[in-house]
Amino acid sequence: MSETITKISSNKPIYVDDDPQDELITLNIGPTHPATHGVFQNVVQMDGERIVSGVSTIGYIHRAFEKIAEHRPFYQITPLTDRLNYCSSPINNMGWHMTVEKLLNIEIPKRVQYMRVIVMELARIADHIICNGILGVDTGAFSGFLYVMQEREFIYEIYEEICGARLTTNIGRIGGFERDFNEVAFAKIEEFLKRFPPVLKEFEEMFTRNRIFIERTSGVAAVTPEEALSYSWSGPILRATGIDYDVRIVDPYCSYEEFDFEIPVGTNGDVYDRFMVRNEEMWQSLRIIEQALEKISKEPKGVFHADVPEFYLPPKEQVYTNMEALIFHFKIVMGEWDTPQSEVYHAVEGANGELGFYLIHDGGRTPYRLHFRRPSFINYQMFAPMSSGMLLSDAILNMSSLNVIAGELDA
Amino acid sequence: MDKLNNQILLNHLVEKFGDQIQNIGEPHGLLTIETSKDSIIEVLQYLKQDAYLKMNFLTDITAVHYPNQPKAFAVVYHVHAMVYNVRLRIKVFIDGENPSIPTATTVYNGANWMERETYDFFGIQFEGHPDLRRILNMDELDVFPMRREYPLEDPNRIDKKDFYFGR
Amino acid sequence: MSKITLAEAPAGVEGAGFFATSLDKAIGLARANSLWPLPFATSCCGIEFMATMGSTYDLARFGAERPSFSPRQADMLLVMGTIAKKMAPVLKQVYLQMAEPRWVIAVGACASSGGIFDTYSVLQGIDEIIPVDVYVPGCPPRPEAILDGVLRLQDIVKTESLNRRNSPEYKELLEKYGIATDNG
Repeated sequence: MSETITKISSNKPIYVDDDPQDELITLNIGPTHPATHGVFQNVVQMDGERIVSGVSTIGYIHRAFEKIAEHRPFYQITPLTDRLNYCSSPINNMGWHMTVEKLLNIEIPKRVQYMRVIVMELARIADHIICNGILGVDTGAFSGFLYVMQEREFIYEIYEEICGARLTTNIGRIGGFERDFNEVAFAKIEEFLKRFPPVLKEFEEMFTRNRIFIERTSGVAAVTPEEALSYSWSGPILRATGIDYDVRIVDPYCSYEEFDFEIPVGTNGDVYDRFMVRNEEMWQSLRIIEQALEKISKEPKGVFHADVPEFYLPPKEQVYTNMEALIFHFKIVMGEWDTPQSEVYHAVEGANGELGFYLIHDGGRTPYRLHFRRPSFINYQMFAPMSSGMLLSDAILNMSSLNVIAGELDA
Repeated sequence: MDKLNNQILLNHLVEKFGDQIQNIGEPHGLLTIETSKDSIIEVLQYLKQDAYLKMNFLTDITAVHYPNQPKAFAVVYHVHAMVYNVRLRIKVFIDGENPSIPTATTVYNGANWMERETYDFFGIQFEGHPDLRRILNMDELDVFPMRREYPLEDPNRIDKKDFYFGR
Repeated sequence: MSKITLAEAPAGVEGAGFFATSLDKAIGLARANSLWPLPFATSCCGIEFMATMGSTYDLARFGAERPSFSPRQADMLLVMGTIAKKMAPVLKQVYLQMAEPRWVIAVGACASSGGIFDTYSVLQGIDEIIPVDVYVPGCPPRPEAILDGVLRLQDIVKTESLNRRNSPEYKELLEKYGIATDNG
């Protein structure tokens, strides 16, 4: 077996500055740099303040998710998806559950679907808060970030009520949720709907008509829809260019077709538009949560998972007292149920774009192959080409508005 | 004209490429076809440029390793017609010894990193790719870790020897 | 009423108008309450560190007011998140650039032991390349746990002898990691 697997890397320079006549300066941004918000490296050649060319190096936290997934049964893959885009892990969890449910043809009760919608939209808000808050920090406005971070903590509190964890949530199970939302959780969601809008209003008032912010962002890193499509962009940054592609609308999952909400689009595809699209999406998410709460109140109470004993783990107290539950528990954990040999692609609208799961299953205990279509990875590849000719300070803003999450980038 | 669906898309493809389109399936409603290494770029080009099909969005490129087959690697393309919400999965099976396939970067810019990732994991050569280097793993690595013969864990580790666990 | 609390005085001899203690303890007290953190955040734990620095948990209460993004001016390296083998030399270089005295906290399961990522590409704990003073368990640890880790480090800093960084044991420790020492 190869020795190189054990070794740690030796870093090699990308550009060599050995020509004294050369007027270009090589600048390393990253892999650990406060302006990159994650570990990725950009080596750029600078002519004064302008970037002439750049090379992106990624993979600094490559953790081999796809290889691990080939060695884990379905329910053990959920914790891996947490760590893809850790700013909005519930969306990844739900996307994975839905992929498996699609493979196993499990029908999910309506109430559970609405509960999932609530969790996913909360996660979307939490993610956009980070992205827009950080964009504010990068343009020099720190206070906005501190205002909205407080609300983000409150979203964490809701997660804690639902599943017990804050960041890497592992919310839900294949077939539904592990437990019903309790009274406190519902009360907190309602409270969030009341307390978040004034904060968000204040946040957007700080930026949307702020002269400094507009001058820093408007027209920066503008992308045409054609370019964006050819680079397979998706998510808010694609919508900022004017294309109304949202998986929730185009390819609805989890009963999104029943909800009344709008897809905000931009016109220029610049950093300002991306900020505005994300901002408006937070308002739309609030609308969706409101509607979902109303829909839940009309559904029969206490339903929180589908009736699929062969895939949904029975409650622990039953496992210890009930023979049938023990058998189900054993068979699920040992992977002894027949599962169909098939392949399935399922996409959800993650906070950064189309998050896809391509699962090939050969009927065994673990997936034969699982591939994640990670929006950060695909969106980020345009960064180096589009940075040429840009001011360095603009490139930093461009990077924060792409909202690249290192975990999702490197898998 | 009708709204595009799987059947119409398949008819178009068969009409244009004939027996180059094989092994047609529809697992979970997603039209899946197989084609050959020689015609894949033409197929992608046709799908993208046809005024009616408008499959202008390359969702993903990846590969799968089947070590027991003579054609051991499948390169899988997902393309999407956003306007009609029709997805298409195209598979190309290629030889396991010296896996190579023409690059799709000539059709989609976005294919660049997807192909680099596939090369990094499986060692598939994308002919004509502008910058085929490792992307996620470190440059010195001399194996392609997603091939099925390679283990998940670092095989040269000493801290996991049975000795430490009293075995 | 002021809410400011003063740090507790170290053990010593107190009398009318004087207080005598050893220099070690006085310096340790000063160091412990003004640690400058260098956040080396790579993944999930870094987001929890943002919460720790933020208004709700506020790490600044413990004297770590100023996160230093330059290793030269930092004395507490907080490694948060998975360190891949590709990242390892960068981490080591950052450690080398820090001036003595320097302390390291491994925050989270990945930095401490590789965590759930027992794979070919992930370093199984940063203590394979640099010495670590405090490990904080959790995946990711809650902000309270990170704060606790910092408090534990303060205990270490308070009681550290001024001679430790010049001792042969310390030199031997660094040499084990292939780090040359120049201070004796």
